[in-house]
Amino acid sequence: MHKEGIVTFINGPVVKAENMSLFKVREMVTIGQQRLIGEVISIENDEATIQVYEETEGLKPGETVKSTGSPLSVKLAPGMIGNIFDGIQRPLKRIDEISPDFIPEGIGLLSLDEEKKWEVHILVEEGQYLKQGQVFAHVPETSVITHKLMVPPGIEGKVIFKKENGHYPIREVLIKLEDKTGTVHELNMIQEWPVRTPRPVSKRRAIEELLVTGQRVLDIFFPIAKGGAAAVPGGFGTGKTVIQHQLAKWSNADIIVYIGCGERGNEMTNVLEEFPRLIDPRTQRPIMERTILIANTSNMPVAAREASIYTGITMAEYYRDMGYDVAIMADSTSRWAEALREISGRLEEMPAEEGYPAYLPSRLAEFYERAGVAESLNGETGSITIIGAVSPPGGDFSEPVTESTKRFVSAFLALDRALAYARHYPAINYLISYSAYVDMLSDWYKENVGEDLLDLRAKLLSILQEEKKLMEIVQLVGEDVLPNDQRLILEIARVIKNGFLQQNALHKTDSFVSLEKQYKMVKTIYHLYERAYKCIKLGIPISQIKDEKLFDEIIKIKYTVENDKIELIDKVNDDIDLYFDELEEKYKDNLK
Amino acid sequence: MRKEILQIDKIDGPLIILSNIDGVSYGEIIDILVDDKTLRKGKVVRIEKDKVVAEVFEGTSGLSTRNVRVRFTGNPLKIPLSKEILGRTFNGIGEPIDFNSPILSKEKYNINGRPMNPVARVYPRDYINTGISAIDALMTLIRGQKLPIFSGNGLPHNELAVQIVKQAKIRGSEGGNFAIVFGAMGVKHDDADYFIKSFKESGVLERVVMFLNLADDPIIERISTPRCALTAAEYLAFEHNMHILAILTDMTSYCEALREMSAAREEVPSRKGYPGYMYSDLAGIYERAGQINGKGGSITLLPILTMPNDDITHPIPDLTGFITEGQIVLGRELYQRNIYPPVAVLPSLSRLMKDGIGEKYTREDHADVANQIFSSYSKVQEIRDLAQIIGEEDLSEIDRKYLEFGRKFEEEFLSQRKDENRSIEGTLDLAWKLLSILPIEELDRVDPKIAQKYYRR
Repeated sequence: MHKEGIVTFINGPVVKAENMSLFKVREMVTIGQQRLIGEVISIENDEATIQVYEETEGLKPGETVKSTGSPLSVKLAPGMIGNIFDGIQRPLKRIDEISPDFIPEGIGLLSLDEEKKWEVHILVEEGQYLKQGQVFAHVPETSVITHKLMVPPGIEGKVIFKKENGHYPIREVLIKLEDKTGTVHELNMIQEWPVRTPRPVSKRRAIEELLVTGQRVLDIFFPIAKGGAAAVPGGFGTGKTVIQHQLAKWSNADIIVYIGCGERGNEMTNVLEEFPRLIDPRTQRPIMERTILIANTSNMPVAAREASIYTGITMAEYYRDMGYDVAIMADSTSRWAEALREISGRLEEMPAEEGYPAYLPSRLAEFYERAGVAESLNGETGSITIIGAVSPPGGDFSEPVTESTKRFVSAFLALDRALAYARHYPAINYLISYSAYVDMLSDWYKENVGEDLLDLRAKLLSILQEEKKLMEIVQLVGEDVLPNDQRLILEIARVIKNGFLQQNALHKTDSFVSLEKQYKMVKTIYHLYERAYKCIKLGIPISQIKDEKLFDEIIKIKYTVENDKIELIDKVNDDIDLYFDELEEKYKDNLK
Repeated sequence: MRKEILQIDKIDGPLIILSNIDGVSYGEIIDILVDDKTLRKGKVVRIEKDKVVAEVFEGTSGLSTRNVRVRFTGNPLKIPLSKEILGRTFNGIGEPIDFNSPILSKEKYNINGRPMNPVARVYPRDYINTGISAIDALMTLIRGQKLPIFSGNGLPHNELAVQIVKQAKIRGSEGGNFAIVFGAMGVKHDDADYFIKSFKESGVLERVVMFLNLADDPIIERISTPRCALTAAEYLAFEHNMHILAILTDMTSYCEALREMSAAREEVPSRKGYPGYMYSDLAGIYERAGQINGKGGSITLLPILTMPNDDITHPIPDLTGFITEGQIVLGRELYQRNIYPPVAVLPSLSRLMKDGIGEKYTREDHADVANQIFSSYSKVQEIRDLAQIIGEEDLSEIDRKYLEFGRKFEEEFLSQRKDENRSIEGTLDLAWKLLSILPIEELDRVDPKIAQKYYRR
């Protein structure tokens, strides 16, 4: 059917049109001569409100609105990995070829490269009956990721045709299925999927594995689980983006989807320059070969920023369905919430807190609930982990986005301005952050790291908490008046902070730390505490116990011991024993 | 020729409402002839069927519903640009106000620009030597960066900006191919004069393009002032391969103008009455800084804003800090102690610094030195708090060393003359001299090898 509406109202990215009764809500449309891309967000009688993903300057009332017949969707096919897209899955490199340097409006709907030929291995035989979600072919997308072509949800049937193995573009029909009603489905490499609808799974599973990030404060103190959801809130300059970059570089997910949502252009450029050169320690291949980038920078149209989050998670779900562990970094969800607010304001909706629409919490919930471990329709188990940065205005965590987000995530990694000012990075406040995954993962830790790890973790955390209390006293009266055992707490807390929590993202040894090394470091620090505490109880003064050289040696383990030489840490433990044995020996006589 | 409209339905603050109009496009510019004598310009901000809401750049005072002729130009606000703009002065909508000839150019440029494609950008790495120790060592300015000065009323941000303009050098670069674009939004006449005088004194006036919207000029032009300035900057940088230092002052006045316009349009306000789209709006300005692959030029953006009540969490500095690549914060306490430039070190930051310093760019010890100073100086603050309570005499010896370091750091390192141009080597050596006040064990952010090489040498 031929459908055409007429523009009557224009206010920034919000446009209204008449003669729209045949359009559907959430349908994608093109507007005016320039064929701007938009999405119908509400319909009242004959009039529809449309959110436009491009600049509306120059648009006139009376211009036509045309239907595309489908909701805002992404094309899921080989060619996504290693690519960089805008908020509605248009490849930025392709846009740059068409219109160099700056992004124009009216460039139309572009998507994946349809000419490139991919190596296809068909896995099914004619006559075989395929169910929805079943894998029918493999395509090596990069040297580390095999793209598994699946029968789209809702389709099944007997294979009545199959192509030979070979090299084909993504539009080429590879197999044909005849279902029970006799309808023939032609399958190529593309699945189109509406971004706002979660892809179906056969069942959700419990969380049971750690997302290893190589970041000590996360892996040991505030872990993120595979399939979990975490929020990283922090004011500007506290290092949100560095943490997100570190996770994208080093975490042991199979695939990373990095969404730059309303953030800086230069940061995305940095990722683009850096990732192809960085080598994944697990696969020895460039990190770009497992990364999808979405860049809708702060100066790009606000409606596309709203969509970028959904575009990213839909791609993630598609790879999860193949059985991969996918991690999403969304930097920043606050910008996305602000896009919601901006559009809501233009729609003249009734605002709730701080001008945000009343549906903010439910939208956040919908997003974070798309994380999880799941068994897909074909029986493969995959997971989606979401790590969302939050940028609270003024660093005030009581604002609506942070507050609502807290309810839907189980790990809350609060960044602290005071720590950032002291250049304590990552500036994760170890006193107010939390992770509910510690308990869920306790078996995993016992099996894969060490029986006593969680025990040690609790002990170190309590030292840090004790230090906080003591520091309040020290602020008033100075350190010298404290008894020796409390002064020891201060010294050990300093070792934990400088030698363990602080991690230098720019240092080649310290940027990523293996779990084994992390565990040994924890053990060493606690060993130091135990030996020192024993000496305190013997009445040895703190000035003797705190040997600068020894303490310094422990703090510097992070730099001096490389990930593949962790046995060197044993030597440090020997040094500890040696030092305190001597000390005890020396004082044995004195104290008698 | 489009027909003229002879009647306005409603005049409300800076807005006028017209009806029975067709064929108007969103964002287009209108000409308003008042009493057949003076011409004003306006911009369409909302279209509802045949009703059009427009804002009038020069303000609506003197307008009646009948004394006007309104003509629709069919185009968004575009300004003509050629290399002749160097040395010239314009108002907030890009019209010359220096009594010289108009700019003749076939090419006209839309002042809104378009978002730079992230894949077309070049990540900025070339360090700019400003000769100011605090900036060069601790919050290094990089070519193509956007680094605002967060200041307060009465603090010497103008002096600092002028000193940067006078001294800024890019290491080993072509030197001569630079220009300054200066956008003034709502600044006082004497502040503008100070800048002009300083440009003259340093002999760069013929390389400066000025866009002035002073405190008593119409506020709507204030919204277009930074856009005109950056359009000129983009033109010079990306069509003539020049290195541009763009100074925009005062962003606080700009944001207040934005709030005023938003209130006039009866939009739903967000924090402190500022519009919900202020983040996107500011991003549309700040993100125009950068470098493009294959083009020789660059735009380095140095916006200045005065923090209302010196509050860094106020929406204007807050949203700015989320967009820009760091900030240089000026502190009132340092200023009162007669330290110039009064750079509050701890809250200041340059995000691009990490990739533009070190062996290849400045010196191998630069990153470690910067980290160590931040860390040690933050400890100084803690000890000062303690000394306030228990007195300096009761401090431990090491704490007293820290106090000495803090004092000397402020007096010798931060503080410098307004015409003092320090080399980066000099700055770093000075930093080591001061760090050497502390025992070497306290330097926990420095690689031991580096410490051995530079400590008390």
